[in-house]
Amino acid sequence: MTTRYKGSTSLEQGSVMTSFKSAICAGVVAGGVVLSGTAAHAAGEGPVVPRQEWSFSGVTGTFDKAQLQRGYQVYREVCAACHGLKFLSWRNLSQSGGPGLTEAEVKALAAEAEVTDGPNEEGEMFTRPALPSDSIGAPYSNVQEARAANGGAYPPDLSLIAKARSVNRPSLGFAPINWVRDIALGDETRGVDYVYKLLKSYPEEPPEGFQLGEGMYYNDIYPGHQIAMASPLSDDIVEYAQSDVPTTTDQYAKDVSAFLMWAAEPKLEERKSLGLRVLLYLIVLTTLLYLAKRKLWSRVSGH
Amino acid sequence: MSHESTYHPQSATERWIDDRLPLPRMASDFMAMPTPRNLNYFYTFGGILTFCLLVQIVTGIVLAMHYKPSAMNAFASVEHIMRDVNWGWLLRYTHAVGASMFFIAVFIHMARGLWYGSYKAPREILWMLGVVIFLLMMATAFMGYALVWGQMSFWGVTVITNLFSSIDALIPGLGTGIVQWIWGDYAVSDATLNRMFALHYLLPFAIAGTVGLHIWALHVTGSNNPQGVEVKQNTDTLPFHPYFTVKDLFALGVFCLFFAWVVFQAPNYLGHADNYIEANPLSTPAHIVPEWYFLPFYAILRAVTFDVLFIPAKLGGVIAMFGSIVVLFFLPWLDRSRVKSAKHRPIYKWFLVALFVSVCALGYLGAKPAEGIYVVLSQIFTAYYFAHFLIVMPFIGIIERPSDRPNSITESVLGGSGAPAGAAAAPETR
Repeated sequence: MTTRYKGSTSLEQGSVMTSFKSAICAGVVAGGVVLSGTAAHAAGEGPVVPRQEWSFSGVTGTFDKAQLQRGYQVYREVCAACHGLKFLSWRNLSQSGGPGLTEAEVKALAAEAEVTDGPNEEGEMFTRPALPSDSIGAPYSNVQEARAANGGAYPPDLSLIAKARSVNRPSLGFAPINWVRDIALGDETRGVDYVYKLLKSYPEEPPEGFQLGEGMYYNDIYPGHQIAMASPLSDDIVEYAQSDVPTTTDQYAKDVSAFLMWAAEPKLEERKSLGLRVLLYLIVLTTLLYLAKRKLWSRVSGH
Repeated sequence: MSHESTYHPQSATERWIDDRLPLPRMASDFMAMPTPRNLNYFYTFGGILTFCLLVQIVTGIVLAMHYKPSAMNAFASVEHIMRDVNWGWLLRYTHAVGASMFFIAVFIHMARGLWYGSYKAPREILWMLGVVIFLLMMATAFMGYALVWGQMSFWGVTVITNLFSSIDALIPGLGTGIVQWIWGDYAVSDATLNRMFALHYLLPFAIAGTVGLHIWALHVTGSNNPQGVEVKQNTDTLPFHPYFTVKDLFALGVFCLFFAWVVFQAPNYLGHADNYIEANPLSTPAHIVPEWYFLPFYAILRAVTFDVLFIPAKLGGVIAMFGSIVVLFFLPWLDRSRVKSAKHRPIYKWFLVALFVSVCALGYLGAKPAEGIYVVLSQIFTAYYFAHFLIVMPFIGIIERPSDRPNSITESVLGGSGAPAGAAAAPETR
């Protein structure tokens, strides 16, 4: 069988293209406006924060193990006093794509925590050292206890915090353009950007005239600017094993935010690396389908 | 026009089956279906939608094996899927993003139908079945989103189910009764979640059945085409296979590239951050917004801020919202033009563009707070939405002079008298 490629010069095709184009325009405007609405609402009425630099953003993003370990250290020494990680188990700390602790380290860390177990054969509840399979859990046994210990405020669980918060991105002026930008960049760091910025946005003094409630603190990022959490970080409060990493508030905030992103999305590395392979496969497959289509349709004139 | 069967049993076994249950004949005739040769890429979305439905059903069934439909455990079981189930994150993200992809495809598919007049005789039932599918999709998506049992799930269900209480304004007590009947409780609760799960599992199969009817109706009337001129001769068509199977597959490949990009690079972009907070009946989110594909209808709901006669604003909004979809059932009779494709309708075309713009604008406004200028704009676009179907469609058809149309599809593709030669006339014989 010979392949003949016929010129597709008929007038008809031109007019098909015209209506095709106008319809596409309508469609793009449609999709754009609708989805920009989504982008806007996904971000809520939150603060505007530009994209921050993270090792895990981008198509080939991966977590920086050392950073996750430092972040975990900050969590453990600072955040864990009030905040839990109920959806994480100790064993997660040694799974691939995470902070990469050894199983022995995880066992030792877990053993420092106590969990209530039981009932035993006598029908009594008892406490025992935690096992790697136990949840990292929370510092308080219930919401009421947490509130009582924190002046009525409830320190939220942090397992998902890096996905449960969001910020707006600086607008490029027209919503559909923002939308294309965000999808094209695979912008999934809005939540972690929020956490990072929040931790750094405690000014010395609230702006003049701002009425701060009893036991509340001013924060630039937090909705309403009144937050019950005092600035948790300050320079040199955590001692890093790596001597070349600065022990500044900014570094702590960055490290713990990265750790919380991993906590919220522990399969991120696996997802991105599989994603690359899937996309490559689809590009090859779609190209072959296109060639097959072109060859088949070359048999009929006018197309 | 329903085409003649071209199936010839090749063996005694095939003949035996054909005499009893002619499934091979059906499959063969499906593949051979004469299809207008001038279909453009907008016509590939039917196949893409079938793919979307399959993806949702397959991923959904596996997710259901790990999900726990109780207020106590639902949210945690979703996290269990994300963290502990093998490939659970992939299943869930594909399912969640898949819902958005499904709606992107269905909106394009519907816009295609509107643009080329695919709802007109003899395809009225085909179109109406499509509207039924769209309604079922909306119900299914709504209930599926509820299952996550995050803050937006919970409050979305609360807001939308509460709409029925507006009936109280007409018949006191009836609305509240309906709402409590839907909830199975005095509030959105465990019982509500449980039935949402049952229905979310059921409805996709109702969709699949209706899709079967939709495709059956398609095979009776044949596809419409961008010219809106019916098939008149053999040269107007090409067999569905291989010409349109390969074209549909290529389009599906492109669609999957976009689908995969979102699943792997921005899986939560189309969702709402608040839904990663577990449902809490004691804490209302600052802004309750539905998923993006409901925003145009949500905007219509909120656009009615005034009483109409004895109908209070809230009930009016509900009627407008449901009315915006019900009106689609009547399109075949509302459109008085004898010309199908907007391509040949120089005036109507622009009104149709205005409709598309209105729906998009409503989608944008649905995500904005219901205050100030946003309400006024919602009212203007809602007014146009209904005016388009109830006023523009019936009257433009009467006053408009359509532009010249080709005598046949063949003429439109090949130009001239439409007498094709050799290969073009009977490509399948080569």
